Amino acid sequence: MTPIVKSVAPRKSFGGFEALKGIDLEIDRGEVLCIVGPSGSGKSTFLRCINQLEVIDGGALWVNGELVGYRRTGRKLFELSEREIARQRLATGMVFQRFNLFPHKTALENVIEGPVQVLKMERRQAELAAKELLARVGLAHKCGAYPIELSGGQQQRVAIARALAMKPALMLFDEPTSALDPELVGEVLSVMRDLARSGMTMIVVTHELGFAREVANRVLFMDQGLAVEAGSPEQVLGRPTQARTRDFISAVLG
Amino acid sequence: MNVQRASQDDEDTVMASVLSENPVLGGRDGFTEDISEFEHVRRKHVGRYVSAALIVALVSWVVMAFAHGRIEWAVVGQYLAVRSIVVGLGNTVLMTALAMLLGVSIGVTVAVMRLSANPVINCAAAGYVWFFRGTPVLLQLLLWFNLALVFPSLGIPGLVEVPTVEVMTPFLASLLGLGINQGAYTSEVVRAGLLSVDQGQYEAAKAIGMPNLQALRRIILPQAMRVIVPPIGNELIGMVKLTSLASVIQFPEIVYSAENIYYANNRVIELLIVAGIWYVVVVTVLSTLQGRVERYFARGAGAFGATRRAGAST
Repeated sequence: MTPIVKSVAPRKSFGGFEALKGIDLEIDRGEVLCIVGPSGSGKSTFLRCINQLEVIDGGALWVNGELVGYRRTGRKLFELSEREIARQRLATGMVFQRFNLFPHKTALENVIEGPVQVLKMERRQAELAAKELLARVGLAHKCGAYPIELSGGQQQRVAIARALAMKPALMLFDEPTSALDPELVGEVLSVMRDLARSGMTMIVVTHELGFAREVANRVLFMDQGLAVEAGSPEQVLGRPTQARTRDFISAVLG
Repeated sequence: MNVQRASQDDEDTVMASVLSENPVLGGRDGFTEDISEFEHVRRKHVGRYVSAALIVALVSWVVMAFAHGRIEWAVVGQYLAVRSIVVGLGNTVLMTALAMLLGVSIGVTVAVMRLSANPVINCAAAGYVWFFRGTPVLLQLLLWFNLALVFPSLGIPGLVEVPTVEVMTPFLASLLGLGINQGAYTSEVVRAGLLSVDQGQYEAAKAIGMPNLQALRRIILPQAMRVIVPPIGNELIGMVKLTSLASVIQFPEIVYSAENIYYANNRVIELLIVAGIWYVVVVTVLSTLQGRVERYFARGAGAFGATRRAGAST
């Protein structure tokens, strides 16, 4: 089976700062990968390169069988048009740290926006699917609510439904619980746990080591734009081989 | 006062004398005595009465002055709804609407161009704003109207060619002059609106597979409208009155109509008042509409979030 994501030394700099210095990695379908590491370690940058919110400066990424951002002709790589990049993004769903719901649209309108406007699905059909998704994240009763009327946890669950409505092959989570009040973290993690159990391929950048230990098939520890170590949650979080990983884990667990 | 009250209650007296010497605790004003049942008397706002009296006096003085001035109010009433004034009013409203429509279309386009990553498009947009904000609109109107002096004919040479004087009517010259000038100002308003939308909204739109233009139309512009509408409403109201400049190039709007009448009957002030009354009427109507439009685009934002849009799907 071909991996859903193949990463060969992608690099990304912002100004003079090299945020991502190359990570070699393959992710299989149905796998849940949690990426942990200190702030500024390039975790989010790596995630954002996978769905092309950032354009890599070097190396290569394949997502869902396609080379990300380029078309290969002979020995040359030609940059894709904006429209083709938008099409490639359909393979991935993204959940942001700050939710980024569309504030001028209700929960239901947020969820059907992509299916109706991008996939050209019929509105009635999209609404049915959206109501099902909102029920799945426990928000069937909040269809008509505007984001401002929802708690952070509820907003993030709508955001998950919005991403799922596009039927992505891969879900990306960029610190999905970092902006939440502590008592709201559980409801979002629980939705993500259910999603993982349903067989969804997920890459989750997170500081929730408990969640990683419980749900992840594999944990990747990153520091300073590089992969420090990867392996099973028991190994990376329980018996880390690298000093940097040990320091980070003991710092997080306090 | 303090001393008198203190004598009513012997036990309090000692404590009160201690307190009254302490400026912070403020003597006997309720600190040791129960005052919760006392009536609260509001401060008298003397300034309000004085200013009201002054303003009433000033306004009545102005009204009296005009009532006794050499104005034939009967003439004002007589010309208020006369045919050429009503036609002029119609032309004023029509020109306001069309020039504003042109201005907003250009403004949105130029604002998007200003934010483009393409340096050529970016510079072209900046140049347009620089030029049309840099010259008075009256001058621009005169230039458009006299375009025939520069280009005697317009069109594609050899295919279609028409004499400029026939094309560049007062109507077209006014529309182009006012609309294109307005576009320069509107573009800055729209640009500010676009910049006010959180970067995360662009990313969320891209993440569900939207290309840039679709994201702009569906996600960014509707949110920017909340910031854009109030100043655009302001500019629309400005445009109502700016159209009066078109009288200079013989566009028959309301000031032009008023002028034509007073050239004939010499009732200068009366007819200017007629025009003034209509401007106030139009602006009042527009101000009312502005509030409604603002509330619509504020949905989902802050204080207005609670007022659900009628028929929001559940």
